[in-house]
This record gives sequence, C-alpha cells and structure tokens, in this order.
Amino acid sequence: MRINCPHCGVRGAEEFAYHGDATLRRPAADAAPEAWADYVYLRDNPAGRQRELWYHAAGCHAWLVMERDTRTHEIFSVTPARDVALAGGGDVA
Amino acid sequence: MGANQLFRLGTGGSVDRGALLHFTFDGRGYTGYRGDTLASALLANGVRLVGRSFKYHRPRGILSAGPEEPNALVELRGGARREPNTRATMAELFEGMAAVSQNRWPSLGFDLMGVNQLFAPILAAGFYYKTFMWPAAFWEKVYEPLIRRAAGLGRAAGVHDPDHYEKCTTHCDVLVVGAGPTGLMAALAAVRSGARVVLCEEDALLGGRLLSDRRMIDGRPALDWVREAVAELEATPDCRILPRTSVFGVFDGAYGAVERVADHLAVPDPFQPRQRLWRIVAKRQVLAAGSIERPLVFGDNDRPGVMLAGAVRSYINRYGVAPGRRAVVFANNDDATGTVADLHAAGVAVVALVDARAEPSEAVRRMAEAAGAALFAGGAVTRVQGRLGLRGVEVTDAAGRRHALDCDLLAVSGGWSPTVHLTSHHGGKPVWDEARAAFLPPERLPPGMGVAGAAAGAFSLAECLAAGARAGAEAAGDAGFQTSLPALPATEEESTAVRPLWRVRGGRGKAFVDYQNDVGDADVALAQREGFRSIEHLKRYTTLGMATDQGKTSNVNGVALMAELSGQDIARTGTTTFRPPFTPVALGALAGHHRGRDFKPTRLTPTHDWAKEQGAVFVETGYWLRAQYFPRAGEADWLETVTREARTVREAVGICDVTTLGKIDIQGPDAATLLERVYINSWKNLPVGRARYGVMLREDGMVMDDGTTARLAEDRFVMTTTTVNAAKVAQHLEFCQQWLWPELDVQTVSVTEQWAQLAVAGPQSRAVMEKIVDAGFDVSDAAFPYMSCAELTVCGGVPGRLFRLSFSGERAYEIAVPARYGDALARRLMQAGAPFGIIPYGTEALGVLRVEKGHAAGNELNGQTTAGDLGLGRMMSKKKDFFGRAMAQRPGLVDPARPVLMGFRPVDRAARLRAGAHFLPLAAEKTAAHDQGYMTSVAFSPTLGHWIGLGLIAHGPQRLGEVVRAWDPVRGGDIEVEIVSPVFVDPEGVRLHG
Ligand SMILES: [Zn+2]
Repeated sequence: MRINCPHCGVRGAEEFAYHGDATLRRPAADAAPEAWADYVYLRDNPAGRQRELWYHAAGCHAWLVMERDTRTHEIFSVTPARDVALAGGGDVA
Repeated sequence: MGANQLFRLGTGGSVDRGALLHFTFDGRGYTGYRGDTLASALLANGVRLVGRSFKYHRPRGILSAGPEEPNALVELRGGARREPNTRATMAELFEGMAAVSQNRWPSLGFDLMGVNQLFAPILAAGFYYKTFMWPAAFWEKVYEPLIRRAAGLGRAAGVHDPDHYEKCTTHCDVLVVGAGPTGLMAALAAVRSGARVVLCEEDALLGGRLLSDRRMIDGRPALDWVREAVAELEATPDCRILPRTSVFGVFDGAYGAVERVADHLAVPDPFQPRQRLWRIVAKRQVLAAGSIERPLVFGDNDRPGVMLAGAVRSYINRYGVAPGRRAVVFANNDDATGTVADLHAAGVAVVALVDARAEPSEAVRRMAEAAGAALFAGGAVTRVQGRLGLRGVEVTDAAGRRHALDCDLLAVSGGWSPTVHLTSHHGGKPVWDEARAAFLPPERLPPGMGVAGAAAGAFSLAECLAAGARAGAEAAGDAGFQTSLPALPATEEESTAVRPLWRVRGGRGKAFVDYQNDVGDADVALAQREGFRSIEHLKRYTTLGMATDQGKTSNVNGVALMAELSGQDIARTGTTTFRPPFTPVALGALAGHHRGRDFKPTRLTPTHDWAKEQGAVFVETGYWLRAQYFPRAGEADWLETVTREARTVREAVGICDVTTLGKIDIQGPDAATLLERVYINSWKNLPVGRARYGVMLREDGMVMDDGTTARLAEDRFVMTTTTVNAAKVAQHLEFCQQWLWPELDVQTVSVTEQWAQLAVAGPQSRAVMEKIVDAGFDVSDAAFPYMSCAELTVCGGVPGRLFRLSFSGERAYEIAVPARYGDALARRLMQAGAPFGIIPYGTEALGVLRVEKGHAAGNELNGQTTAGDLGLGRMMSKKKDFFGRAMAQRPGLVDPARPVLMGFRPVDRAARLRAGAHFLPLAAEKTAAHDQGYMTSVAFSPTLGHWIGLGLIAHGPQRLGEVVRAWDPVRGGDIEVEIVSPVFVDPEGVRLHG
C-alpha cells in the first residue's frame, strides 16, 4: 500500500503506523463510564470505506486522517489530522 | 568422464560451444556448454532419469524446459550452499556444478521406496486426512516420520547460508512482465514515448518462445528481431532490463520480484548478492507472461522420455540437443504438431504423429508426410513401455486398432494455458474461454494492469506483437506520455487451433494430472465420489496443485476432469485462486540483510567506544547497546562487579551513560498546558530552572511511562522518557497536540540523539561537577539544590544542560552536551573524578541502586499497573483533567485489593530471590487460586548485604512484616520472604540532598 502524505508525498505504507477509527470523539471529562468504555475499547470493523488515523512515523511525524476502502486498500483522501480536528472532525475543504 | 554429449546436435542452438563446462550429477562427471541449463546438459548426455516422485517414488525425467517443471527437481551445490528442490530446467549450468537427485534410496535406478506404489490405495486422495486418524499419538511418533522419510523432498543445508541477499525498490512509469515478443513490443512502445520502463524476464535471455521456435519476423530469423529490440531497449537510459528476474506477486501498490543475481555462478562475484528482492512501484503494468503448455492425461504419462512438445522444440532449437532418437508426437493442437518438423529437421526420426483430432488440417497432414511420420488422426497413446525410460508406446487409432511403436521420446501437448497467475493476485477469478480452451484474465484486474499476448489468450506471433505494441502504448499513455503505435513487423501465417482432450480413455497405468504431488485422474475421481464438489476443496483434499510448482502444468487438466466428472462445465467449475508467490522465493531473499545481528538496527551511545575501552559488557535495550557492567581483572563474576560498582556509587562517585532515555523538546506558550494534560500531576506551578518527576497514563488508565521533565524557560520544557518508550511517548505527544488538542500553541520534537547525557552519582559528585562546569557557575547546594536545572557551558565553552536528579538516591547530577561531545565528556569526567575514586557503572548497578530505593522501572511499568499500584496514586491531581483520568477511576482500577508495589526480603538472609516468583500465603496450597501477586525486580543489595526484591502484592501496605512464600514453579524456587517498605536505603532522603 502507498500513502500520499500531504507533507512528504507518496510513501510506502511501512513508514506509517495505523491507529484505527478517526470518527471516534473523545468523551467529555465528566462523561458516563459507558461512554469512555465505548471510546477506549469498542471498534467497528467495516468492510468498505473507513475514515482512519495514520501516523507518519518514519517521515514527518504528522497524524493523518485517511479515507480508505478496507476491502481494496483504495485510498480516497489523506488530510493532516490537525486540519480535520480544527474543522471539527468533518471534511476539510 | 562420462558420456560425451552424445545427444548434442551437430549445429544449432544458442549455447556457446566454445565454452565447455564440467558438472556432476549423482557424482558422475559430464560436460555441457555455457548457455545450457542443467536439464539441457543432462539430456545432451543422454540422462533422462533425474528424480523420483514425491509420494510413489516413480522414476521421473524432464517434462518441461522452464519454470513450470514439476519433475526434474534436484539438490544443487553442497555444504552450506546446498539447495533442495531446484528445477533442473531453471538451473543455468556453471563450471563445477554438482547436482544430486532427490527422493531416492539407495540409488536413483534402484529405489526401495518405490514399493510405495504398492501402497498406492492408502496414499490416494485425502490420505492425509483419513488413513492415520487413530490412534492420535501414532501420528506424531510413527506415521509422520515414516511418511516424511518415504515421501520426502530434498534436504535443507542445515547451516547458515554464507551468501548475502539484498532488497531494492525502484519506481517506473511502465513495468513490463515478460520479455517474449509481446513484452519486447510493449517495452519498445513505452520507451519510445519517453516513459521510464522496467522490463523483467524470468529467463537469462530475452525473447521468450522466439528462443525456442523457428520463426521468421520481417522475413528474417526472429532472433535477429529480438537482438535489435533488445539493443534499442538497452540503449535507452530510462529502460531497466532485469533478466533472471521473476515477478512473483502483485501487492498493494507494488510488485514483488526476485532477481537471481548469482544463481548461475558457483559463488557470487565479490560484493554481489546471491539474489536481490525487488519492490517495483509502477504507474502502469503490462503483463506479458506468456503461457504454459499442458500435458495430456494418459496411463504412465510420467515416464522419463515423455516431454512437453514445446520443451522438445526448446531443447532442439535453443540448446542444440535431441531429447531422443525416435520420437512420437501426441497432441490436440496445431502449434504442437509443428514439433514434427523441428524433430525432422534436427535429424530425429519421427515415427508417428498422433493427433487426437479426427480431422487434422491439410497443413498438419503435409507436415507429417514431409517428416515421414505415420499420422494417427483421432488416435491416442494408450500405453507406455519402459519404466526408467521410454522404450515404446501403444497407439490406439480412430478405428480402435492398437499399434505398438518403438520410440524413446514422446512429445505431448494438450494446448497452452495463459499465465494468468498475477492477474488474480487481487482476488479476481480467471474466466474460462471455450474457444481457446483456456482460462483468461479476470475482468477485475489489479489496478493499473494490462494483459497482452499469450497471457491474454492471443497465442499467435502476429497477435502477440500487435497486442504488445498496443498494451505498451496504452500503458505509457495512461502514465501521461504522448504515444503512437509502433509499426508492426510482418510474420508468417500460423494456426493455433486446439480441440480439448482432457483425458485418454481406455488406457492402462496411472495417469497423472499433478506430477509433483503424484495426483492422478483416479484421485480426482475418488474425491468426486466422496462428495468434493468445490474446486477449492478438491485441491486441498487431493493436494492437486499444492506442490512447489503450484500446479502450473496440472491446474487446468484437474479442473477439466472435475467438470467432466460432475457434469458441470469448466466455466462453472472455475479455477482455484492463484496467490503469491508465482514461483518459490527463497526465505533468504525475503529476509535480505535482516538476519543475525542485522535483524534490527543497532543504536550506539555516544560513549560506546569509550565504554568498550573500559572493558564494558553490553546489553541490548530496545535497539540500543548499553554498557551493562565494567568487569575488572580478578572479579569472579558479574555479581561481584555489579556489587562493587553500586557500592562505589554509594560511597564515592560513578558515571553512567543515560543518553538512551528519551528526550523531547517541548516549546510554545501552551507547553505547560500540554504537560498538565498528559501528566497526572501538576506542571503550571513548576518554576523555570526546576525539574519534576511525572507519570503519564494511557487512555485506559494504566501507566504509560514516567520520567523527569525540566523547565528551561516559561515556554520551554525538556521531557525525559524511559528508554523503551521514547518513540511511543513522542508519538503520543504528537497525537495529543495534533489531533486531540490542535488549539494548543505548542510543538514537540524528539532530541534523544542530539544530546549525550551522563549521570554523575555519589557523595563526591559535586566535587567532580565543580571541575567540569565553567567558571562562574555555582553548583553549591544553596545555588543548585536537588531538582534544579540550568543551561550552561562546561569543559571550557561546550554548551550543556545540567540537572540535579537522582535515580540512585545519592547526590547526583545529569549533564547533557551535544552528542558529538559525549565521548570527550566521559573522558573528562573520569579525569576530574580520579582523585575521588570515580568509576564507570552500567545498567546492572543502575538497577541495583534503583531497587534499593524502591523506584519503579520497566519491570513495574509493564502496561498492567496503575499509578496506585506503584504507590504513586497520590500524585494524581484532583484539580485538573488529564489523559487517562476517566478510565483510571474505574472500580476495577481503584479496587483496594489490587496488588501494590512493596519491598521483599528473604527470611533466610542468605537466600537468593528470583523475579517472576509468585506470592502465596504460607499455609495455602500452591495453586493459582491463592496467587496474591508476583516479584517484579530483584537485586543483591551491597548496602544491606543480602538479596532484596520489589513486587506487587495484594493489600501490601497493611501487611508490613508479614511473611509469605515466593514460589517459582518454573525454576523450582520456594522461599519465605517478609513484606517490607519498598524503600530499602535512606528512606528519609538525607543522602539525596547531600
Ligand atoms: Zn509525512
């Protein structure tokens, strides 16, 4: 798999670390224990498009939000996670 | 010297007759020429019997002339380079080659295990699953060793491979797989557009079938055209030609290929690898992998002397070798009938052409006539004579009459199967094409791949050249280049007509479908009777296509037989899934240089060379090599050394390289806020010039890491982490700062490798520091108390950072200088400390000192402990939120019954403690139900004169003075220990403050 890092260009997937679902939102400090347990432990395993977090460990150290098809490894978008987070977690224009 | 190449033709072939090579097979000497394969050289010497089959130990010869070879597997080379299961058809001959046949005992001609044939009924389809089911213990002790000995493959060398293997990555616009007429044409079309092209060819020579067939292109011998095409490609700087390179897999975004750099040499050239693993990243790919000929299924079709028709032409035309003296050709297609003419031209008597088709074309009839061969239209070979080598065949003609024919060569062809393997590596299923009697590439190809020529079912030379030109131009166009179709060279008319013949009925003897795994038509029929319908099940039950050749010659025949038996058509039956690798890949090539010491990188500290001079013994800590201890002459063992080192630190002074601890530079107006959120304790109130111990949690509430962080300025901190978690913590901070809290104005960067850091510990440490810091810097306790930090210069102007920290519990400093000064600093410290008895100490003594002080380290920060477990619960701020706080409050993590960190000392002070021992109440039975915790770290305390330990035990603080059992069922230890405070030395911290 090859990932187009917005900072470094297209690089081999082995330079990146996978961190899973990027749609999870960290609960508020005083959220119910159930909300925290969901956030920390529960993950969907979709067959198809997924927004997920990757970290360019052997590159620029950027956290990235990537949209990928888990069946084909087709990658639709790669965006710096900071930009996504500042935009409220949604798509970045 | 053995036979003298009696089967070598007087002329012809592309072998170099001026380069005579000597080789041995089963200890006997032979000769061949440069350009031969082991197979062609054996045939030139009249050697036809080259191996025994896997299950039945049937005598086997050479079936093919290429990578699909299922029979002629040999052990090549000797000693550490011995390589089993090498295809004789792929092994290029070199001077001194030593090859040995496999699966025979005591000799190839007389094999005792041939009796396996008598047991054929129990070795039939599914024998792995049903024959030896009971009793279970027998399988491991009796059956398996028996079967392994009887049905073995070759022997591995059993010692380290002395050769090197390397890995390479290359990028291009167009990758062309295969350099036959299709691939060459595709490469020409692509390079002429300016595209960067990589052309991979499994063979040593480029040209594909043109090397083996007598063809004309533009009115000249086809090899002339090949030569010109190759010359043009070689002259193009942006074309990389990789011969002897098999593309074995299509992965996500890259193709895997293995280049056999030195397999054709006795030993690799100096500084050359034996093989090179390529990762090829190409914008577009053209698969021009050609096709593989199918054998016909008839009784005893595995006898040495039965050979694929295309291989017969290869041996005659490419190698100048006659694979026999009297030949019969048995085929169902026009391409193979051409073999008659080639045999005749080479002076081999062609006894008969057995064409399974009732009405062969006029051209076929004329060819048989010209060669003086009897034509049996609609006939079949129904019997084969000769066990160790073909002596004759029985042909049954269309009218049912039997004819006995003398011959020593039977050329067979059931048609050609496109080499579609790579096309289905992304899961696409090949599609059956009735007209071509072939599986064609799936509709859903791996992204960017085009398939052309025989691999796509276009078998004629004219079609191949045209398809190659089109595919190459298209690929380059897709990659962004201006292209035009190259002019197509002229070829002769030809017919590739085929009519399927999936098995010959009414014959005798075992009819093999998969030669390498000894799977016959009867096995397929048995599996069908036993209810196996899916082709994937059939494959696994019969093992058809599961040998190292992956069924290259057998798959389609197996599918067709299954279809026939089940009354389904082939299209519905489908084929099994092709998976990487296309061809066996040596594990050495996949490992590359990542073996032994080089399996992972080695990081050396700045003081490594100095430590080596001091006689250090090193230990691996993650990727780092750290000095473990520094033995001196006369010391009996490591314990004596470590005890001396720890005692010297307590009594005088020592230095230790602590560079490996992670260092993270944190800058920005919100630096303190970030620390506030990742650490459990408070940071905003830390004054500039001071340091503080911190603990951080994972989101699940467990401790992630600990360390000391110093405030260099209002907006600048330098954090230290444990050695093993350095990368993880850096990543975590980036996660927090980029993803969780992007609004914070703060940046972090790892500076672990930029700074050399040395600990100077012991009551004399200040005296040493006074001689190191530059004039004007005051290291007195008043000016620089415990937990101070400063930026300064040392040793006459070297920029440095000084911290007054302590892991040992003694007065201690850590001094950091730019990494390149680390070695000099160590030497300067030793000089400055000489009057005070300074010594270097290693990680073992460091461990002893910290256990004496009850500090948690790696053994305790094991991912399963909370801050409370480690006695650090009170550090958790109640006034702020921090990472991991919510989950740390879970009932399970604040359960008062959780084991907590305590100290332990043996009741019998002479006893030795062992980490890993479990704590049990004295009177309790030794079962897991009574487990109360375990010992995490132990050390021999020089201060106390006996062994001490740290461990986690339930209700520890309430049980001070209680004696429990430390039980180690693994090493047999069973010791009574007393629960004590984890701080064994100087609990008041008097020594720390000086
Ligand atoms: Zn990057």
